[in-house]
Amino acid sequence: MFISSQNSPAAFKGFTLVMPAVAVGNVGQLAVDLIVSTLNMSRVGYFHTDCLIPMAGNNPYASGKEDAEELHTPAEVYTEAELKLAVLQIRAPIIQTRTKRFRQQLVSWIKASGFSRTVVLSSSHAYQRDDQQLQGTPLRYLVTPSLLTASADAFKELSWKEMERIPAFPGVKDADAEPRLCIPGGGITKGLYTDSCAENLPVAVLLLFCSEGDNIPDAFALVNHLNDWLHLLDGQCQEPNSKWKIPTSWSLLFGGGIPPALF
Amino acid sequence: MATFFGEVLSVYSRAVEEDEDELDENEEDEQIRRELEEKRAVHLHWSPEITELLKAGNKLQCSSFILAVGNNAASFLSAYVLASANWDAVGRALAWNERSRSGTGQSSEESACVFYRHKDDPSVLICQAICHIAEDQLFQWTEKVFDCLPSRELTVTVLSDCTVADYKTADYLCSSSAPFLRSLHSSAFSHQPVCQSLEQPNIITGLPAAVLNHCQVHRIAAVVYQCYSDVTGPDSVTVESFKPVLTKLGRSIQVDSSPSTDVLLKLIRSTEIQSNLYI
Repeated sequence: MFISSQNSPAAFKGFTLVMPAVAVGNVGQLAVDLIVSTLNMSRVGYFHTDCLIPMAGNNPYASGKEDAEELHTPAEVYTEAELKLAVLQIRAPIIQTRTKRFRQQLVSWIKASGFSRTVVLSSSHAYQRDDQQLQGTPLRYLVTPSLLTASADAFKELSWKEMERIPAFPGVKDADAEPRLCIPGGGITKGLYTDSCAENLPVAVLLLFCSEGDNIPDAFALVNHLNDWLHLLDGQCQEPNSKWKIPTSWSLLFGGGIPPALF
Repeated sequence: MATFFGEVLSVYSRAVEEDEDELDENEEDEQIRRELEEKRAVHLHWSPEITELLKAGNKLQCSSFILAVGNNAASFLSAYVLASANWDAVGRALAWNERSRSGTGQSSEESACVFYRHKDDPSVLICQAICHIAEDQLFQWTEKVFDCLPSRELTVTVLSDCTVADYKTADYLCSSSAPFLRSLHSSAFSHQPVCQSLEQPNIITGLPAAVLNHCQVHRIAAVVYQCYSDVTGPDSVTVESFKPVLTKLGRSIQVDSSPSTDVLLKLIRSTEIQSNLYI
């Protein structure tokens, strides 16, 4: 449940919420890190729940010694009032038996807060793509009917590729079997999307096919894709990645110092 | 996951399982799940006096809560603080999970977290948590324990130990640097910790993290002292590295400046017994 870290309750009415789904390669979470760190967003509260594995650390977006000592928790909400943007960052895996409860908590919080739309950043296993998904861009989107009616033109203009539905029995022609939505490695993405459709929430899912490894390039691809739609950062750069600020917590992703005696 | 040497490690893949709850669950599945959840619930057992107090809707009179997580941290409290015999065991927290060994000789007494209170000064509560508390039980443990404590004017100190392999730094750590202490505190904690703050990208997990999260969200002053050690088992050098924390603890409780050798000897003997290779 959401607990405000300020003395006054947080107001999200009309804000756009961007949140990650804990998924393969942690691409959504990395992309959200880039948004929070680049826009210098301020923390307004915590999403305190028993569905996430507890973790704690110092400020992941520290810019110097002065702001380094600030405790951060597994799930926190940041805002940027001018852009009317709220971001939920999730820093821990979801306890497996509680994914359903976590989704319910998210949906009821989104409903109660009055966000104008919600964007879920996610990823899916690249190796489980079918033939049609192998071609072209690795980026896909999904949108709930209630958001589609509101911003149909925007999506038409972007000419994005919608996530393909996969036949239930590939290779077998069966008129009764409807193609299914399948997001392997996407964690709660699919459940959250279907819940939002049922609850009539304006939700878009942006996802990327990727594999585990160094997922920093994937995070840049996803956040640039999001920026094409929401225009969080304006201005065309030669190098689109250089406009994003990498947070300090991304250091040592592949382990610590090497013993000098090795050489 | 069990390693070649038989230790059980809690490792999860970064690859995420797909939601499977769309599958139709029958009633039996649901019942098994519910029973398992019930069995994994955390139970607190307090002394009759405290049970009475809590039943009346009161909270424990406590201004300082000290929690030791792990063998070294717990042994530190045993040797330096609890050895003075002025402490009463006032309660236990029981958490059954996949690593509980109720069937193999270890009694439930030993596998529980034990709470101690000073005979003359009831404002200090100490808890030693040596047993394993599973990831899904951490939140519940914290909620249930803090439900018994007052939320105002409470200072929480957590001592915890973990392996130096979990510590990330750009410089290579030479073997002489371990064991060392790092601290992490909630926003409400206004004092100066006795050691350096934990640097990014290091994080803490487990019970210390659960307690710190609770304190941060509910604005309780809390500090975690994490000791990074390069010895796998409990050892006296690591236990001693918690000594600087004594200066902070000293204000709330009477501490012995010299450790109880009996307790330390017992600790070291318990690890010696396991290595019978060269008998």
